[in-house]
Amino acid sequence: MMKLGLFALLLAVLAGCGGGDDGREVVRFWAMGREGEVVAELLPEFERLHPDIRVEVQQIPWSSAHEKLLTAFAGDVTPDVAQLGSSWVPELVALGALEPLDTRLRASQAVDPSDYFTGGFGANVIDGRTFGIPWYADTRLLFYRSDLLRGAGYETVPADWAGWLEAMRAVKARSPRNYAIFLPVNEYEPLLALALQQPEPLLRDGGRYGNFRSAGFRRASDFYLNLFREGLAPPLSNTQISNLYDEFARGNFAFYISGPWNIGEFRRRLPADRQDDWMTAPLPGPNGPGASIAGGSSLAVFARSEQKDGAWRLVEFLSRPDIQLRFFQLTGDLPARRSVWQAPLLANDRHVRAFRDQLERAKPPPAVPEWERIGQQLRLVSERAVAGRLSPAQWRATLDADTDRILERRRWMLDREASR
Amino acid sequence: MMRRSRAGWSFAGPALFMLGLFFFVPVTLAFALSLTDFDLYSLADFNDTRFVGLGNYAELVRTPLFWKALFNTFYFVLVGVPLSIGLSLGAAMLLNGAISKLVGIFRTALFAPVVTTLVAVAVIWRYLLHTRYGMINYVLDAIGIDPVDWLGDPDWAMPAIIFFAVWKNFGYNMVILLAGLQTIPTELYEAARIDGANGWQRFRHVTLPSLGPMLLLVSILTMAGYFQLFAEPYVMTQGGPVESTVSVLYFMYEQGFKWWNLGFASAVAFALFLIMILLTSIQYRIAKARGMV
Repeated sequence: MMKLGLFALLLAVLAGCGGGDDGREVVRFWAMGREGEVVAELLPEFERLHPDIRVEVQQIPWSSAHEKLLTAFAGDVTPDVAQLGSSWVPELVALGALEPLDTRLRASQAVDPSDYFTGGFGANVIDGRTFGIPWYADTRLLFYRSDLLRGAGYETVPADWAGWLEAMRAVKARSPRNYAIFLPVNEYEPLLALALQQPEPLLRDGGRYGNFRSAGFRRASDFYLNLFREGLAPPLSNTQISNLYDEFARGNFAFYISGPWNIGEFRRRLPADRQDDWMTAPLPGPNGPGASIAGGSSLAVFARSEQKDGAWRLVEFLSRPDIQLRFFQLTGDLPARRSVWQAPLLANDRHVRAFRDQLERAKPPPAVPEWERIGQQLRLVSERAVAGRLSPAQWRATLDADTDRILERRRWMLDREASR
Repeated sequence: MMRRSRAGWSFAGPALFMLGLFFFVPVTLAFALSLTDFDLYSLADFNDTRFVGLGNYAELVRTPLFWKALFNTFYFVLVGVPLSIGLSLGAAMLLNGAISKLVGIFRTALFAPVVTTLVAVAVIWRYLLHTRYGMINYVLDAIGIDPVDWLGDPDWAMPAIIFFAVWKNFGYNMVILLAGLQTIPTELYEAARIDGANGWQRFRHVTLPSLGPMLLLVSILTMAGYFQLFAEPYVMTQGGPVESTVSVLYFMYEQGFKWWNLGFASAVAFALFLIMILLTSIQYRIAKARGMV
């Protein structure tokens, strides 16, 4: 009798441990990196405005986020809404994992597509349908030593390639033992930015073949390679340089192409007496101010979610201009909406101003699911070209051959669709 | 006779069934997968998968990064295995000859790295190998050698990983070889000493032949284990710098779980399997010819 009573008590206790089910709709939100840590601070306000929704944030490190998303899709355990790197949107759309948002967008008052930077928003539109809303924007531009540039006779960075090249030569001439610009050979972003400035697309025929032998990429790759050949850039990877910030402070190089996270890093890590000697500037283009890479993260709702309305409410909330501004204050990630940039916090920040300008001309990389692999090939093959193991013509031919091979499946799928 | 074989099968049955279900069936399916072009698009709609026969294997042979991965893995095995076995044999001989009561403590201390979690220890070693603040460069500096950028220099990243891997599991082989050493009768050593053999000759003519089978076992196990190098590059260098620490398994992981090219990744797995079978059977034949088996 005692045993039965004890058993019943145990069952009752275990039943009580069944997790707080208070009748609210649960929206599962996957967020990565710093954004994941910080978004929890914004959520109490959301839950106050929507008492019937509870948000569960799952923090995922960036290094494993891509694999986790694909594995979740394969295992049919995708969340309701997630933060996605903008280059992942085409992949997940190819899988059919994301919910198209066009009808919701048209009905929404909080999210206004025209308020977003064109390049950043365009990265989320595949075949005319919108699958994500940009959460924060990201691009690449020049960080430079304004004092070294002034010493070489330039008050500002010239707006076109010819002027920029002259400025770099002048900086190098003043201190021949140092370099003018640091272009890590194991990063493909600087080359990609130069390539996106060209009128020709990187892939042709609707993303079926590589277009690396076009006149545009030839110009970009020749300009890039020339910087190494002239001794303006050291042929080093970012792991071979002992400390980026020390070398920049010491004047080892005057220009560096990087993104918004380095504003905070430069302010923290450069010595106090160097804080007035650095500045940001938009990338020069072939004939004037140039384009750059449109990156950042988007918010997307998953097709298999059972809480799509609740998920959309969360997306709308995080897209509100005032919430975007608070998000910027918490993370330093640049807002994806133009209206937010008018706030004094952003408008008066002298280092951030160049980003506002660059984001207007930011272009996304080709929206094909295979882009990450093509990007990796771009990095690997360009490393060999910089090291002198490939001639420029071989470099471009190899890129095209590798890209064509990677895209073979896509071509087969598109041809099959067309023949149906 | 029938009864005995039936009894035998029914006893072995459950184990065979588990083995079949969890090993043979998946391996056969993986081989079937390696004959298709299963990738991200197939994940969306399985009917989009095509049968490509040995196409993946042909593609593998044409991929430069695979050959680099193979080179890196062979580098790791050819340097790491002799180093590991040499170190474990040396440690085993030291422990065998010791009379001190502290032998037990030393044996535990030398075995301890084997039982540590690889990922946790790899993180600690990343700090030890730090160019500026790491202990290893600190010690080198004290001797007067310039600091080495262990994990950032393409020439030194693989040696650093070899060093770490050898440290991590030489204890395992040491324990096995120690057991082997303790079975060698001391009369053999005495007889050799009486015959006028010095230390090195005793080692060559008494110790090594007696340890023959055990050395073969240890070297096959170590080689098979070292071919599957993955965790160290994954945690410490992510295949870098400049792909100098990409191993075959890391390459397979990238293809299979990063890009979701499961067909291609399965082909890599079977290619590695074939290479390992070939090498271990060569090893076995040589050992058999030498009479070590």
